[in-house]
Amino acid sequence: MKSAIINARIIDTKNNIDETGGILINENGLIEAVGKDVTKDNVGDIKVTDCQNKIAIPGIIDGRVFVGEPGFEYKENYTTLSQAAISGGVTSVVTMPNTDPVVDNVSTFDFIKRRARDKSLIKIHSLASLTKNTEGHEICEFGLLKLSGAIGFTDGVKSIQNNNVMDKIFNYAKNQNALVIQFPQDNELSKNGVINEGLIATKLGLKGIPDYAEHLVIERDLRLLNQYKSKYHIALLSSGKSIQIINEWKKKELQFTCGVSINQISLNENDIGEFKTFLKLSPPLRKEQDRLDLIDGIKNELIDIIVSDHKPEDEESKRLTFQTCASGSSGIETFLSLALEQFHNGNLDLKTIIKCITENPAKIFGMKAGSLEKGMPADITVFDLNKPWVVKRENLKSKSKNTAIEGKKLQGKVEKTYLNGKLVFEI
Amino acid sequence: MALFKTKQAVKYEKKHLLGIQDLSIPEIVHILNESQSFVELNRKENKKLGLLKGKTQINLFFESSTRTLSSFELAGKRLGADVMNMNVSNSAIKKGETLIDTAMTLNAMHPDILVIRHGDSGAANLLSRKVNCSVINAGDGWREHPTQALLDAMTIKMKIGKIEGLKIAICGDIMHSRVARSNIYLLTMMGAEVRVIAPSTLMPKEIGQFGVKVFTNMEDGLKDVDIIMMLRMQLERMDGSYIPSTREYYEFFALDYKKIKHAKENALIMHPGPMNRGIEIDASLADDINRSIIVQQVEMGVAVRMACLKILMENQS
Repeated sequence: MKSAIINARIIDTKNNIDETGGILINENGLIEAVGKDVTKDNVGDIKVTDCQNKIAIPGIIDGRVFVGEPGFEYKENYTTLSQAAISGGVTSVVTMPNTDPVVDNVSTFDFIKRRARDKSLIKIHSLASLTKNTEGHEICEFGLLKLSGAIGFTDGVKSIQNNNVMDKIFNYAKNQNALVIQFPQDNELSKNGVINEGLIATKLGLKGIPDYAEHLVIERDLRLLNQYKSKYHIALLSSGKSIQIINEWKKKELQFTCGVSINQISLNENDIGEFKTFLKLSPPLRKEQDRLDLIDGIKNELIDIIVSDHKPEDEESKRLTFQTCASGSSGIETFLSLALEQFHNGNLDLKTIIKCITENPAKIFGMKAGSLEKGMPADITVFDLNKPWVVKRENLKSKSKNTAIEGKKLQGKVEKTYLNGKLVFEI
Repeated sequence: MALFKTKQAVKYEKKHLLGIQDLSIPEIVHILNESQSFVELNRKENKKLGLLKGKTQINLFFESSTRTLSSFELAGKRLGADVMNMNVSNSAIKKGETLIDTAMTLNAMHPDILVIRHGDSGAANLLSRKVNCSVINAGDGWREHPTQALLDAMTIKMKIGKIEGLKIAICGDIMHSRVARSNIYLLTMMGAEVRVIAPSTLMPKEIGQFGVKVFTNMEDGLKDVDIIMMLRMQLERMDGSYIPSTREYYEFFALDYKKIKHAKENALIMHPGPMNRGIEIDASLADDINRSIIVQQVEMGVAVRMACLKILMENQS
């Protein structure tokens, strides 16, 4: 059955659309028409949803999400992830291979593919690991895993340390045209570190992670990448100086992309206060200047995507000392609203934010998503730009409630989420 | 007669004692004034009071300790409390039980005060949010050891008569030292000029912002100081190459008769113990009765802890 959204402000950065109009969805859940010409009068006798004063964008793509399946189902499974995602307007996610067992072979990959197909409402795009069991020694079967559907390769929460292994990864990935995704952090410099190195670490008596633990790996990787020109994406940046390094290499016309977590552009190390374990993140929150530099990085298109880095952790894993507790925060539900904070405070314009969570991730990960042109699946997020609300743990749909922004007042909220033309979430 | 004659004293009203950071100057003055009466008591033949009669004190030590544990035990017993020492090597913690689980178990036994030492910074803060009784931090990771700083201040005040205006050097493994941090907070608050001296690998980042002067050699750092506070080399906490060898460390950073010449002629030596003789301090210098006030520190320790126990118990009622 055909349907239409009308009277919305439609923003599709890929097709340069920002106008009031509608989206016509055909009986197969694909977009048939978009723009100012789609009005109540000319769509005929079909179900029409009036979205006056709301913004409609392509369904959000979250480029870094952890699911507990298999091995950590008590933290998050595909069903709970889906519920959390659609309430945050997210219709496609990129999942990490850090499960138990690790997604490092075709049979495990096929297992999660089946689980995702059977249990998930949203579109799951899975990454496999770069090395077997994410140990950083032997490279995985990039070719076979790609045939199975892996959209890229990463050791997720771990970083490849061995120069020779990284060299071979770039070399072989080029061969298979595989996307290499690195979490950039030197293991030895960050060993036992739980927080940004500096005054706060000294005050709290915690071992710090210096920002150059990130720079070293980025520098090395870009030098190696320069040899092979493979497809390369830096998963997360935390340091402002990383932006300078990236800029220098981009000037030399080296092709690669970068991501940043919404946490890193919204919070800084001061928010940790007196050992708030929900703000123990990896990479760690750094100084306010780093946060501002990262926002500039987005502005200057040196950072391509913003991700939620949704890492559900159960209560038990967080109710420990800061030193021993798990790192990461649950964030997929608050993703868009928190990103809009940067619009409301004047740091970023709306189109830049939307581009970083729709068009750009679709391009990097090769997804059929992220735009509203004719023939695309009708994955659509409708939100109220100004609606105020307060983050409360008990209202979160994710299985784990470890939000880093409990009690935060946000402005802007998702009101409807469409997936393949079907309304799957509404408030 | 109060120890501080001119300074205002205000009673510490909080339920827990977790760090010097949470104290104000008048509160510190009050705790030290209270401690003084216990110094006198401890020197008498009958040392026992009934102030904490019927109260239960549990000393929960996740790190081995001899002097702090016995000091707290004695302090509690002299005030009449029932004191239990929990040896963690025998407890369920080793079987995977979390700190919170242990705390909840102990909490169900209705203690009135928990004295905790733990290897993780913030452990006492975490515990204090989960139990009903008062919590005293007897050392958490690298963060704070408030009673040590209070007893050090007490020792200095008793020995020299003042803290304000003194030049005090804290030397050694500053990075891994909770004693250093608590002392820096307390002594700078009380008006001393505090210096920290360490090889740069053992100096915490941005420590200068704590209001201390930072030195990386003993000769400059010790110049004209009144008090030299030596720290124990926390060899067990080192997970990397911070120093090439204890021999090299001794040559450049240990306190010996040669280096102490840079300090004031009558400069006093303190050490929180236990000492590594021959690593951070020359053995005979450590025992020099004209210089070392290490024994007095131990004595003050019991008195200060008695005062802290008394004050927290009063706050409960």
